[in-house]
Amino acid sequence: MAHFTCEVVYRGIFQKNLAARICRGIVFSARKAGRWGIAFGRYGDSPQRNGIPAKDFAIVADSQEELEQNMARYEPKEVDVTICLDDTLAKGVESWAWYGLQPINRVTVANGTLVVTSLRTADSLLRDIHKKSDPYHLAIIPAKASFSGLWVYREDHTEARVLGALARIKPEFLSLDAVSEAIKEQEWGSDLKVQSARKAHERLAVRPVRVTEGNDETPYAFEMPKWWEMREGVSIPAIPVGKPMEGGGGYVPERNPYFKKFTTRTMRPVIDFDKCVKCTLCWIQCPDSCFDVTPDGLYDANMESCCGCGVCEAVCPAKDCITMVNEAAFDDNQSQWEMWRRDKTAYAEWMTQKISDRAHTVRSHGFRFRGQYEKELVADRDVGGIEITDGIPGENAPRKARETEAASSIVTGVPEAPGA
Amino acid sequence: MAVASTATPTVTDDKELLISGSEACAEALALADLDVVTAYPIRPYDTVMQAIAKKIANGQLVAEYIVAEGEHSQFEVVKHASTVGARVFCGSSGVGWMYAMECLTVTPPLRVPMVCMVGNRALDDPGAFGVEHNDALVVRDLGWMLIWVDTAQEMLDTTLLAYRIAEDRRVLLPLAMSADGAFLTHSQTLVQVPTRAKVDRFLPRYDRGELLLHPDNPITVAPQANEDWVIEIRRQNDEAMKRAVGVIEEAYADFRKVFGRGPENPWFEEYMTEDADVILLGMGTISLPMKVGIRNMRAQGRKVGLVRPRWFRPFPTERLTAVLSKAQAIGVVDRDYSFGSPFFSGVVANEIRAAMYNADRRPPLLSFICGLGGREVTLEDVYKATDMCYAAAKSGKAEPRTHWLGVRE
Repeated sequence: MAHFTCEVVYRGIFQKNLAARICRGIVFSARKAGRWGIAFGRYGDSPQRNGIPAKDFAIVADSQEELEQNMARYEPKEVDVTICLDDTLAKGVESWAWYGLQPINRVTVANGTLVVTSLRTADSLLRDIHKKSDPYHLAIIPAKASFSGLWVYREDHTEARVLGALARIKPEFLSLDAVSEAIKEQEWGSDLKVQSARKAHERLAVRPVRVTEGNDETPYAFEMPKWWEMREGVSIPAIPVGKPMEGGGGYVPERNPYFKKFTTRTMRPVIDFDKCVKCTLCWIQCPDSCFDVTPDGLYDANMESCCGCGVCEAVCPAKDCITMVNEAAFDDNQSQWEMWRRDKTAYAEWMTQKISDRAHTVRSHGFRFRGQYEKELVADRDVGGIEITDGIPGENAPRKARETEAASSIVTGVPEAPGA
Repeated sequence: MAVASTATPTVTDDKELLISGSEACAEALALADLDVVTAYPIRPYDTVMQAIAKKIANGQLVAEYIVAEGEHSQFEVVKHASTVGARVFCGSSGVGWMYAMECLTVTPPLRVPMVCMVGNRALDDPGAFGVEHNDALVVRDLGWMLIWVDTAQEMLDTTLLAYRIAEDRRVLLPLAMSADGAFLTHSQTLVQVPTRAKVDRFLPRYDRGELLLHPDNPITVAPQANEDWVIEIRRQNDEAMKRAVGVIEEAYADFRKVFGRGPENPWFEEYMTEDADVILLGMGTISLPMKVGIRNMRAQGRKVGLVRPRWFRPFPTERLTAVLSKAQAIGVVDRDYSFGSPFFSGVVANEIRAAMYNADRRPPLLSFICGLGGREVTLEDVYKATDMCYAAAKSGKAEPRTHWLGVRE
């Protein structure tokens, strides 16, 4: 008697169908050995919202009864494997529901495995992933965040590679042959995808994570009110008017201290304050009122509130004033304006480094020019599911060398990415 | 006499009018100083909207009178008016009430003390405008307070009580007053109309407190909330309905003090139940043939009584079962249907069965479906039901579980 539980943490819309394929693939693969399974999503996540962190699950067991015993309809209490399909989610998950910030490895069992699709090193990811009181394993499938969602499905073989990796992690439940067979049978399956699964199985790098490793931050949490503490009439008080930032100058709006939703962000604006013309457009157009008005009339995007939608960059009329940069390039949510005010030279250096960051300026989702999808699709076909690290033409920065692998104890076994 | 009298006005200050149940409702609305009313015509409710319009046209009532383009908007408009602090009135009948269904569902959780008159009407099809209670009953599980009215006088009194109860800060729930189409809405009887001074003593101003939608009290009403909030919101509604029980008792007691009339027991009317072997039970104007039939049967030595529930939500479980437990048999006469329900009985019969389940003594209970579509409930129907109840009392068996009265067969 045995069972296996797996969660797939993904970004709403962008990866909705990818997560579903993986979970269904797990059940179909396990079925090859006569096991029973269920694939489902956390309904309350509302994964029809762009970028919202969401979860799908697959549970398989030896018998129907055992499946029921370990089944959850909402969310399993613990999972053997957590699969994270976008490395910006390594910073944590705040779902559409009010749970505060959940570490990505929160429900991973002791000695379980966290699988991340990422081009980053394990050490780099562990700067974001919260510490856990039990040891576990970190496995990296070298890939950028796949864009395989509701409207567009990039056939970049991520689903096949994840299934191949799972065959390596849990061979007693998903043998490589079973996974290969199941992939082939899917309407999305092909021989090339089976090859990708086998390559991923062969090359997967797994590294133990000690309890001392990881992000020290205490994730924000709060007590939900009792029914008799809540206001009646499905009513909530309006957010109070904000206050000046300092010395009677500037303006900081009041923000919800509980529901922050910034884990929806895959990109964040980096602002060149010296180029700002103070036109107010970013401040007015931001759908989340994330900009604080500084006493000197500049606009500072507050990173506890920014969803990373990129509207500010789109509306900004000043050339190169606002640049969206991949969230993975940042370790904290500090105020850029404070950094700029403190030391303009240091800020210019930091800013230049961020917006020139070739490894990270690749957008995890969305397109920046017409024809990008077709172009990337062809590239994927050519390499048979190997990650694309080449960046996107039209990006604003010259190429930067990838993070050195040497610092990491991980041995990926993956050949240098094309053009690296 | 230059000094204003501070003496309590007596009953003799009332004026007597010959008016219908709908007009009695409109009289009460004028006395309650209604703020906003919305209207969309459908028989038999339209009689009350006409009566209100006349009051406004005559200068007897100053209120916003909004004619909506359909019942859905009609109920939406007063819902919003109520959140900004207006005392509101609305109403409809039959499928008109059903057309407002979405709005009817959202009104209780928003804690809007909307007072409505439902002129009970058969649901289409067939397109009929006679009375059935299924229209008002559709909201029975949603947080609406429901009361069935028998006479025009009771309609006037209940309308005043309705605002007092619904707008109580401990309750803030919508309240629908059911009036049997034609029998109550369209027939005129003598009604005592109290003075405004008395009403002012009884009915305080509507105060929503911190739930008031106003620029000085900025709030968001009805945001989306999922599994992490919904059950708490439902529990709040449940508590409001529970609190309504005490508020109703309080309001009726005050009503008797101020107006010098009104029932001791707000929940249901008892007629000759004290020593009754058989108790019949029915809501609304059905009481008339029942009372006459009971008097006739009493003259022949048969001990029959009547319970006429006013309040259906909140349901007076303990008080009702205490009375019904004493009978040898119970006959529940439903002017509604509930196809496929337990024993294929009426809605009220099954509610009473559920309420009686934990009673110490459970006499046989028969369910009668009767008077649908406005068909007359005759004395013969009442005698027939009574005969069947006596037979059940004798055998100790509730057979038949359900019987259709007055249907051609």
